[in-house]
Formats: sequence, structure tokens, C-alpha cells
Amino acid sequence: MATLLIGEVTDGQLGLDATAKAVTAAQALGEVHVLCAGASARGAAEQAAQIQGVAKVLVAEDPALGHRLAEPTAALIVQLAASYSHVVAPATTDAKNVLPRVAALLDVMVISDVTGVVDADTFERPIYAGNAIQTVKSSDPVKVATIRTAGFDAAALGNSAPIEAAPGASDPGLSQWIEDRTAHSGRPELTSAPVVVSGGRGIGSKDGFAIVEGLADKLGAAVGASRAAVDAGYAPNDWQVGQTGKVVAPNLYVALGISGAIQHLAGMKDSKFIVAINKDAEAPIFQVADFGLVADLFTAVPELTEKL
Amino acid sequence: MKVLVPVKRVIDYNVKVRVRADGSGVDLANVKMSMNPFDEIAVEEAIRLKEQGTATEVVAVSIGVRQAQETLRTALAMGADRAILVIASEDVHQDIEPLAVAKILAGVVKEEAPGLVLCGKQAIDNDMNATGQMLAALLGWGQATFASELKVEGEQATVVREVDGGLQAIRVRMPAVVTVDLRMNEPRYASLPNIMKAKKKPLEEKTPADYGVDVTPRLSVVKTTEPASRKAGVMAKSVDELVDMIKGAGLV
Ligand SMILES: Cc1cc2nc3c(=O)[nH]c(=O)nc-3n(C[C@H](O)[C@H](O)[C@H](O)COP(=O)(O)OP(=O)(O)OC[C@H]3O[C@@H](n4cnc5c(N)ncnc54)[C@H](O)[C@@H]3O)c2cc1C
Ligand SMILES: Nc1ncnc2c1ncn2[C@@H]1O[C@H](COP(=O)(O)O)[C@@H](O)[C@H]1O
Repeated sequence: MATLLIGEVTDGQLGLDATAKAVTAAQALGEVHVLCAGASARGAAEQAAQIQGVAKVLVAEDPALGHRLAEPTAALIVQLAASYSHVVAPATTDAKNVLPRVAALLDVMVISDVTGVVDADTFERPIYAGNAIQTVKSSDPVKVATIRTAGFDAAALGNSAPIEAAPGASDPGLSQWIEDRTAHSGRPELTSAPVVVSGGRGIGSKDGFAIVEGLADKLGAAVGASRAAVDAGYAPNDWQVGQTGKVVAPNLYVALGISGAIQHLAGMKDSKFIVAINKDAEAPIFQVADFGLVADLFTAVPELTEKL
Repeated sequence: MKVLVPVKRVIDYNVKVRVRADGSGVDLANVKMSMNPFDEIAVEEAIRLKEQGTATEVVAVSIGVRQAQETLRTALAMGADRAILVIASEDVHQDIEPLAVAKILAGVVKEEAPGLVLCGKQAIDNDMNATGQMLAALLGWGQATFASELKVEGEQATVVREVDGGLQAIRVRMPAVVTVDLRMNEPRYASLPNIMKAKKKPLEEKTPADYGVDVTPRLSVVKTTEPASRKAGVMAKSVDELVDMIKGAGLV
């Protein structure tokens, strides 16, 4: 039986990077079908059909699926699940909202944040903020899993898989979308950017983040933040990197004024190169940094931005 | 309206986890255990709903080993009215899976008929992020996950959710399951008098069999290992040196 992969569709757009990385993970399980669901999802489906390794794309267009509300989306997936051995999705907030609901409706466990596929039943996943890696074997008839995309390369484009309409699902009408509050910065997306520059509590203020953004723009990087910086209102919530925020694994991660708590490391310690600037030589971030500099960031970062 | 708050006993978030060399798991004997941080936030929110007059009673429930009664006493000391402890294991190393927890909670919901279940978004030990969603599914209720703001108005709740793109506001019909994110509130500390008072609040003990639930895991743990470790690198003495290192490594 094939794997049903839930494509990441937001406002009719495919999250190509996340979906293509999940395809790579899912290919280890056999034939991959991608579901694109949304109020409009045709364009997303056409893009998904180009991902190498995708055998078929299912498209479900319905106003009820418009904002990926958990109840109608889960109902649709459950209806399709009978013909699949696996139901997987990139581990985005949308998928983490929907897939556990799907799993419970199928009376199976969900396997969250898979970082490795050992075989069709056996998966690796981090626990305790990434301080341990557990290998688990599922005894369930259908495996429902979210894939942590940071650890997989994106499958290439150049395919043209057939696209079919999925049957409609009914909306139980339990919840209703009001609004999205999203800001578009024009910078690369945090989870797929090759370079990420993050600021922590040491940045000291919302205005202070201009220093972080200045270096990010110089490097063409995405901007991230620690929880402390988000909690303090210096940075928006969707910049948070860590155990309970986003997981990133760029080529280069620059940590500015971040102490390096385990919950932060959980979101960035698989980066290829880590550079840290902190005024405290004892900060734990230096234990994982490839290059470190003990300095006041308010003088060091502008100088670094200029000289790079 | 009654509010049910599931609270999990987990390793304290400040403790450095030690993976056993034989791959059998993580050492949990004799380490500091606490209430899951997200669940403290859920308890706090429930108490605030009661203080505002929206909730009439706050019931905390925990599933796990007998020692989880300490976690429940903490919830009671913060201000929960009563507690239910479902003893599902004798061994601190046996984690009860979200599916089984959700089934037990569904049984508790049938008996208690709360108008709202406030869960944490994620337990910081297994990092599953699943129980609330599973419970909502089993009950056929609506769900609002990763909530940073909650407003209950009659038969509906308006919830602001923390999502990948920023924030999303939704309305969910009650009864519902809401899972809370870190920025919903700052939980209070229990005062000494309240800790004393909590000792006298009712704490009922149950077993999974009382709810007809089999807690046998669906996922068997093959092994638990340490993640690949990183080594500390080199320290630059100046910005110029750092620039040279970054350029030298071909990073820009
Ligand atoms: C359940 C739970 C989940 C969590 N999830 C996350 C998560 O997902 N992500 C996350 O990041 N955290 C998370 N945390 C929080 C985490 O434990 C830390 O509190 C947080 O990461 C600290 O952020 P910080 O390093 O910015 O702040 P701090 O620890 O306060 O560090 C600030 C650093 O800035 C340095 N500094 C100050 N001024 C300057 C200056 N002028 N120049 C240079 N350096 C300076 C200081 O030396 C210090 O090292 C979580 C916590 C809990 C309990
Ligand atoms: N054993 C448990 N007892 C009580 N509540 C639990 C238990 N396990 C999970 N929960 C609740 O479900 C939330 C999410 O946990 P999890 O799905 O395991 O990440 C937690 O924050 C708790 O509110």
C-alpha cells in the first residue's frame, strides 16, 4: 500500500520546501501520493505533481478546508486513509494540529517529529528536547507520522505526476476561522533558509533587533529568536527557534545574545556551522558553537555586518 | 462551567537528561520531577476563568504513577478545586502514550461533563504534542491548539493560536479542547497557606480499568540513544578574526 503525504498548503500556496523534504522521507516507505487540500488547492497540486518521487496527487478544494481547520481536514484525511499504509506530513503547526486528530479517529498512535525512517514500522524521533533519540516500532495497522523536515533534503522537481480529485469531506462545523495575523518580511523562510541569524534576550529591546536584522540582510538570512526575546516582545512568535518553536538546520546559524538553554539548542544544534556572540564567556552556547566571540553585541555585530 | 485540566508529571525542565548507556532509556529515578510547564499555564488559565466568574469549578487530572499526586497537589495549591489521579503504572519509566491518556481523559470527561478541557500543548518529556487533539477527536469536539489567548463567550470560545506563519484567530464551539502555548499567561506560585490548604482538597484515585482503557503501548521502544554531540569550536579574539574564520570556512 502507498503512503498518503499531506502537502503543506497555506492560502492556496504549496509550502514546497517542507513538502519536498517530507517526500524524501516518505519515499523510504514506498509509493507516495500527495494530498493538497484547501479552499483553492489546484495550483498547489500542480506544483506538488512536479516533485520527483510523487506517484499521484489528490486535490481537495472546498471552502471548509480553507484555513486548515483541524476538524474538516482530519475528516477528509480519515476518509482517504483506508487505502494507505502510512499517513505522513511535514511537522508544521498545521500538521501537528491535524494528524493527532486523524490518528485518534483511526485508533492509532501518532509518531511525532520523525527524524529517521528505519523501516516501514520503525522510526527515530527526538525526545526530551532532543537530548535523547528514541527508536520506536509501531504495531498499528496505519502509521500516522509527522516528519521533522530539517533532517531531510528536498526532493528535486521535474516530475509530472497525475492529479486526481479527492472526494469531498463534510465539515462538522465545530470551529470557524476569524483571521490570520501574518507578517511578510521579504526575507527567506526560517525553516528553509541556508543562513539564520537569531537574537536573544541580550538584544534588549524591539528596536535592538535592527542589529540582528541588519546582519541577516547582509547575509541574505532569515531571522530567528529565542523564547526569551519573543516573550519580551522583541520579536514575533513565529521567529522562535527551539523545542517549542521552529527547528532549523541551516548551513550557518548565528546566535546573538542567546545563552544556549537546552530548549533553544533543541531547535538549532543540527545546524552545519554555528557562530555565537555573547558577552559571557561561560554561556553554554559556546559549547556548541564552531566559532565564538566574547564581546558586547552592540559594538561587535555592527562591525561584523560591515566587514563581512 | 466546569474546566478539566490534565496535568502531567515530567522531569523538571532544568534537569539535564541522562541517557542510559545500554540504550534502555533515560534515567528518571531520583531526578527532580515537576508539573509539565505548559500544564502550569493551563492550570493558571483555568483558575483565572474561575476568578472571572466564567468557570465554576476547576478539576485537575493526572495519569501515571502514584507519585503524580504531588503534581496534582501543586495544581490544587495553585487553586484547582479537586483532583483525579489515574494510576496507570507502577514504574516511573513507563510513559503512558497520548492515545491511552486521551482515552482515559475521554472517560473522565463522560463522568465529569466539563465545558472546557485545557491541556498543555506538549509534554516536555515525550515531546508528542498530541493528547489534546486526540481527546477532541475521541469526543467529537472542536479543538483549538497552541493557544496564546482564550476568551470564553457563552457557547463559543475565541482563541488566538501560535502558528508557523504568525498568529491565527479562530472561534470554536463549546464544549471544546484548548491546548495552551507558553505565552498565554505567567503561572502563579502557590503560597504556603494554599499549599497547606491543598492537602485537604479532595483527590480521588482511579485506574484505567475504571474507564475500560487498555494502556498497552502501540509504539514499542527499540532503543534510546544520545544524539550526536557537538564539540566546542574555536574562539575568535576580535571581530576581524571572526570575519576571517567565517570567510575562511566558506560560509559567506
Ligand atoms: C517548556 C519550555 C519550553 C521552552 N521552549 C523554548 C524554545 O522553543 N526556544 C527557546 O529559545 N527557549 C525556550 N525555552 C526557554 C529557555 O529555557 C531559555 O529561557 C531561553 O532560551 C533563554 O533565552 P535567551 O538565551 O535569549 O535569554 P538568556 O538566557 O537571558 O540569555 C541572554 C544572553 O545574552 C547575553 N547578553 C546580554 N547582553 C549582551 C550584550 N550586550 N552583548 C552580548 N551578549 C549579551 C547574556 O550573556 C546571556 O547569555 C523554553 C522553556 C521552557 C520551560
Ligand atoms: N499522563 C498524563 N496525565 C495528564 N495529562 C497528560 C498526560 N499526558 C499528556 N497530558 C496532557 O496532554 C498535554 C500534551 O501532552 P503530549 O501529547 O504527551 O505532548 C500535556 O501538556 C497534558 O496537558
